[in-house]
Amino acid sequence: MSPLSRREFIAAGVAAGAGLVIGFYLPHGEKSHEVFSPNAYLRITPDNKITIVCARSEMGQGVRTALPMILAEELEADWKNIEIEQAGASTLYGDQTTGGSASVRTTWDPMRKAGAQAREMLISAAALTWGVPRSSCAAQNGTIIHAGSKRTVTYGDLAAKAATQPIPTDVPLKQSKDYKIVGQRLARVDTPSKVKGEAVFGIDYRPPEMKYAVLSRCPTIGGKLIGFDDSESKKIPGVRYVGKLSDSAVAVVADSVWAAMEGRRLLNANWDEGPNKNLNTAAVMESLKQGAAKKGSSLYSAGDVSKVNGRKMSAEYQLPFMAHAPMEPGNCTAHFRGTNCELWAPTQVPQDCRDSVAPAIGLDPDQVKVNVTLMGGGFGRRLEHDYAVEAALVSKALHDAKIPAPVKVIWTREDDMRCSTYRPASLHQLSAVLDGAGWPAAFSHRLIAPSISGQKGQPGPNGIDPDLPDEAAFGYALPNVSLEYVLTETPVPLGWMRSVYALQAAFASESFIDELAAAAGKDPLEYRLHMLSKDQDIPYFATIWKTSRMRGALQFVAEKAGWKNPLPPGRFRGIACFGCFSTYAAEVVEISMENDTPRVHRVVAVVDCGQVVNPSILEQQIQGGIVYALTNALRAQITIDKGRVVQGNFDDYQPLRMDETPIVEVYAVPSQEPPTGIGEPSVPPLAPALCNAIYAATRKRIRKLPILS
Amino acid sequence: MADFTLRVNGSEKRVSVPAETPLLWVLRDTLALTGTKFGCGAGLCGACTVHVEGSPVRSCSTPVSQVSGKSITTIEGLGANGLHVLQEAWIAEEVPQCGYCQAGQIMTAAALLAKTPSPTDEQITQAMNGNLCRCGTYERIRKAIHRAAGTANGNGATR
Repeated sequence: MSPLSRREFIAAGVAAGAGLVIGFYLPHGEKSHEVFSPNAYLRITPDNKITIVCARSEMGQGVRTALPMILAEELEADWKNIEIEQAGASTLYGDQTTGGSASVRTTWDPMRKAGAQAREMLISAAALTWGVPRSSCAAQNGTIIHAGSKRTVTYGDLAAKAATQPIPTDVPLKQSKDYKIVGQRLARVDTPSKVKGEAVFGIDYRPPEMKYAVLSRCPTIGGKLIGFDDSESKKIPGVRYVGKLSDSAVAVVADSVWAAMEGRRLLNANWDEGPNKNLNTAAVMESLKQGAAKKGSSLYSAGDVSKVNGRKMSAEYQLPFMAHAPMEPGNCTAHFRGTNCELWAPTQVPQDCRDSVAPAIGLDPDQVKVNVTLMGGGFGRRLEHDYAVEAALVSKALHDAKIPAPVKVIWTREDDMRCSTYRPASLHQLSAVLDGAGWPAAFSHRLIAPSISGQKGQPGPNGIDPDLPDEAAFGYALPNVSLEYVLTETPVPLGWMRSVYALQAAFASESFIDELAAAAGKDPLEYRLHMLSKDQDIPYFATIWKTSRMRGALQFVAEKAGWKNPLPPGRFRGIACFGCFSTYAAEVVEISMENDTPRVHRVVAVVDCGQVVNPSILEQQIQGGIVYALTNALRAQITIDKGRVVQGNFDDYQPLRMDETPIVEVYAVPSQEPPTGIGEPSVPPLAPALCNAIYAATRKRIRKLPILS
Repeated sequence: MADFTLRVNGSEKRVSVPAETPLLWVLRDTLALTGTKFGCGAGLCGACTVHVEGSPVRSCSTPVSQVSGKSITTIEGLGANGLHVLQEAWIAEEVPQCGYCQAGQIMTAAALLAKTPSPTDEQITQAMNGNLCRCGTYERIRKAIHRAAGTANGNGATR
């Protein structure tokens, strides 16, 4: 935990969700008594302005709409009359990290309670005003109504009095059958500004007198700066400053982005290529193979896989490094002012930005203010905070050089592709024993990969990467199962990329299940349903996976895809399912083969993610996740040569374009269970479902991604 | 440094910049029109698409000297009187997710509809294929173009 800010104070907390709290303001000091602000998520002013604070970052996933919808539902607010405010880094909202498909599932309780608290206090204020029993008053569409007299009063008119009411800690929450806002296809609040070109992303923020910086970074992984000659750079009109920023970067600062880029182009930097100058992709894959000889840590175990007799099957699967490549390249704006620093950061981790910037520039965390801008995509890349530290360091360097100014650090696409953090490459050893009828009696999966958190100095207990509990479950009920993680090392920088290890785990596991079904001569859907036929709870770390819910998702997707119906000639399909971030997902992919290349025509996706908050946003997340996953499956691959990342731009790292995009049909299992993750769970089943379809078409099993390598 | 006169969204702008400066940075840095986006700097993603004399152009790869005296339209000037029909369709279909590429998508689509008022699916794909979207909004983009054009969404079995 970081120290509390002097201007903010947590007076009370209600433990909720994954250790999150509702933060409370103490309504005193400069705060107006006229403002009703029972918690940090909500303000109602006498002019009837209702402001809901979004404490997670908007990167396209719709949190600025979905999270306020949850609060507004309990508040009984008029949705058309809500203003939404983005929180910066704060101590009031618990962990503000936006990732792990966690925003809705971990703020569901705090946001509901925050709205319900305010509603109950407004009811009390109205009852006092009218001198009537509380029970005769009800909240409806932004007003309190008195049942007997039909009198109404707006929330704004009650704000001053509501602010004097005691804050209830135990508040009644609505039943899902009474929801009016949650579950509706409400329009996203950020759409019009994005369509008009008015939305301000990090790269668009322009404080007065701002300078622009680009960094010359060491081209090899782990290399260091020896020295540089900036005489040519400084001949570029508009270049104001060139200086060493760190052991592996030189900053070029100018009045315009173009001048900074030109200055960098002409910079003559001399690099010590360092210990990895001979590293290449083959060596990386070899290190995984060597790692496989080690004993790993058990993720899950049932029965004893070593004691099962029958027909033995085994296979190895392999995946490459991948890059997030969000459309908005890395950037951050910082203004160092000697005793404080303000940042405007497109970031998924405002608190990490604050806490890593502060020591880098010799300030305390409460001297660093982090404003959160819109992000042009995140996908996990902006869970890092390198761009924020860079911007703060450059602004401090300008300050120290007596040319103080706010500065925006901009990464080019090549910077983003070559100096990023990458989805870990991995190796998977699968084995199974089939009984006489062809059903699996034992199933083993050894996941061999470097640890993202481990590389960042935060390994989990027993050498188990802390992401694996959310991302590597095996949801089938088999008597003998062994899941094992083997930790390996790599110098290649690692990051959390949409669905993180679930993509690797699902590709290996769900492809191998298909191999088993084929070996047994059984239908891949029936094979999976057989392993889910009994209702069973499968505990995997903190999640209890239910066979009934995965079975339901599979049956639903099979029905919608017409699994039992014959396909037209030349069409083939594959199926896969996987659970991660507490959500169940099942997908059917329909393809044809054109010159040995798969063409995906249609994907049918079913998720069981509990209560859906906004079906339109859910559809966006699933469609987007599948397009993202299809890029990963077909050709996303980062390779290393001579210690350098080979790929540089969208010509050699090619995201899906419109011509390859299939029709994606999205269905959610109707549910009143608490909501679970939706940003990532559609990603993992896609690659195995696609490869299973390719097998159906060609009888060739793809065990290595990308498919088009 | 050299002086150039551009006609941007209907008004005349004089800028003094190096002749090789890409139009993108003149629009964003010099003229503060930040709706046009930087995505790749190499004409590969389409996020920087603007119209020059009505044709879609990658502003990241177009030196300002090449467009001197020409008429340039950016997302900020697309709907001269309120929203362009495509912007209305984009809102109705809830196209954007992160939204970063959408100005470029809309500018490309507007150039398509200006030449081909009733595009087929194939014509839409051909026109839009140069514009990347990492959020994967392509399906809703297609629907929005059909909506704006008043054409039936004839996709499905043919693709």
